[in-house]
Amino acid sequence: MGLLDHHKKIETHATLLLVLSFLVVTIGGIVQIVPLFYLDNTIEKVEGMRPYAPLELAGREIYVREGCYTCHSQMIRPMRDEVERYGHYSLAAESMYDHPFQWGSKRTGPDLARLGGRYSDDWHVQHMMDPRAVVPESIMPSYGFMMNRVLTREDAEHVRDIMSVYRLLGHPYTDEMMENAVSDFFAQVDEFGDPVADRYPGAQQRNFDGQPELTEMDAIIAYMQMLGTLVDFDTFVPDPSR
Amino acid sequence: MVESKDKTPENKVTPAARQYPDPASKLRQDPPTTGHSWDGIEEYDNPMPRWWVWIFIITIIWAVGYWIAMPAWPGIQSATSGMLGYSSRANVATEISEFEARNEQFFVQLLETDLDAIRDNDELHRFAVNAGGSVFRAQCSQCHGTGGAGVQANGFPNLLDDDWLWGGTMDDIVTTISYGIRNEDYPDARYSAMPAFGQDGLLDNDEIDQVVNHVLSLSGADHDAALAAAGAEVFDLNCASCHGVEGEGDYFIGAPALNNQIWLYGGSPDAIRESVYYSRFGVMPGFERRLRDAEIRAVAAYVHQLGGGQ
Repeated sequence: MGLLDHHKKIETHATLLLVLSFLVVTIGGIVQIVPLFYLDNTIEKVEGMRPYAPLELAGREIYVREGCYTCHSQMIRPMRDEVERYGHYSLAAESMYDHPFQWGSKRTGPDLARLGGRYSDDWHVQHMMDPRAVVPESIMPSYGFMMNRVLTREDAEHVRDIMSVYRLLGHPYTDEMMENAVSDFFAQVDEFGDPVADRYPGAQQRNFDGQPELTEMDAIIAYMQMLGTLVDFDTFVPDPSR
Repeated sequence: MVESKDKTPENKVTPAARQYPDPASKLRQDPPTTGHSWDGIEEYDNPMPRWWVWIFIITIIWAVGYWIAMPAWPGIQSATSGMLGYSSRANVATEISEFEARNEQFFVQLLETDLDAIRDNDELHRFAVNAGGSVFRAQCSQCHGTGGAGVQANGFPNLLDDDWLWGGTMDDIVTTISYGIRNEDYPDARYSAMPAFGQDGLLDNDEIDQVVNHVLSLSGADHDAALAAAGAEVFDLNCASCHGVEGEGDYFIGAPALNNQIWLYGGSPDAIRESVYYSRFGVMPGFERRLRDAEIRAVAAYVHQLGGGQ
């Protein structure tokens, strides 16, 4: 017995039990989690990923707020049927600026990982106002109220604050991006404004919801039209060991 | 017995003293305990069922085998890749190329066959309609409807009828699918823009009223005859160059025919007024970079046979 004789000591001593359990869990965690931070093939090197532009980030916040992830995944699994329907399977790099990631775990609606560019802005507006108007078999709730919720300078500053937190976490927001965060936020819905794509390559810039005001609808559509469009798959070479 | 109502501290019945087991006597007659004791409660150290123990041992052995066969342990640069060389990404690539190889003869045939000759080859046409149908349901159905009926009055064209905006021949359909309509992704995208006659001040409200009634009269709908007659001149000057003198439309610039009952954005006087006042700008993405050429041809064959192919 020897060693096992001592477990009475552990089991009757709450603090000691806590400390030792913690140690055991830590070892498990180290073995499973730590390698993900240094292994080369955890996050593939791909061209084109960039942190989200301010308006896209606002759209992402709305996406999270409304709980879109409870019905929509953003994770195309490497399976033939998914790749044929949704496009190239998702890469870890594509979620590298997502905190928290929006992979989801249930598809009541379709996967949205490569939603960008598939539909017109007008389709999105109609679909958000009344999903049944364009997809009769849909059971999605209506989000028409977003058309009426105007985003103000305060919201833009809030997004800038979020960006500075992400910057702390290591997202490559540059000083220039931070300085222009508020103006970029408004410029992205103005086709003739200061080009946001200069700082955020590939950012789409236009009036997304067709209304003169900048609303939540603009933000969510800007986000959706960006989804899955950033990575340049011509430069992607799959790692054979995954 | 003492009635409960008569109970007093004095006549209360005292239960027999609780009997705690004597650990030493237990040891003499029962299996050994684990030695743990909580408030005098002890735990027998009975053996596990044999079948359970064996399954437990087998799972451990299985795990060791799994480490060797499959990707498992993290190393310095990468994780062990496993003797079997399993890779979910390689698997999906293999599976897709396997199915593509099986369809390859048809894809090649689709590319080599003249577009209008596809429907003369029964086997090829059957393949094209089915393959095109499945692509249609994944890529096109959200706007044009699962069955191709579009969304009436919302600007998503019905593909079942024989009224076309940009032409309904196989060639026309392939061009539309490849490059889309009014997008900036493809320089070859079909493009045209109707002026916003009201918003841009090209027509005043009276003239718009007249021309709306004239358009209603072209399709045989209820209208005000006097306004319609006055609208004829407005129509000739502003609309006829694209929509045709009789409102017959023009495939070349995607001007919808106005002389029938088929409406893209609704045929009520209000909807027509809105179209004239603000203009409309329906868009469609191009699919040349998303789909293979053969797939585009297959979708075209599918759309062509839905009802209105020319």
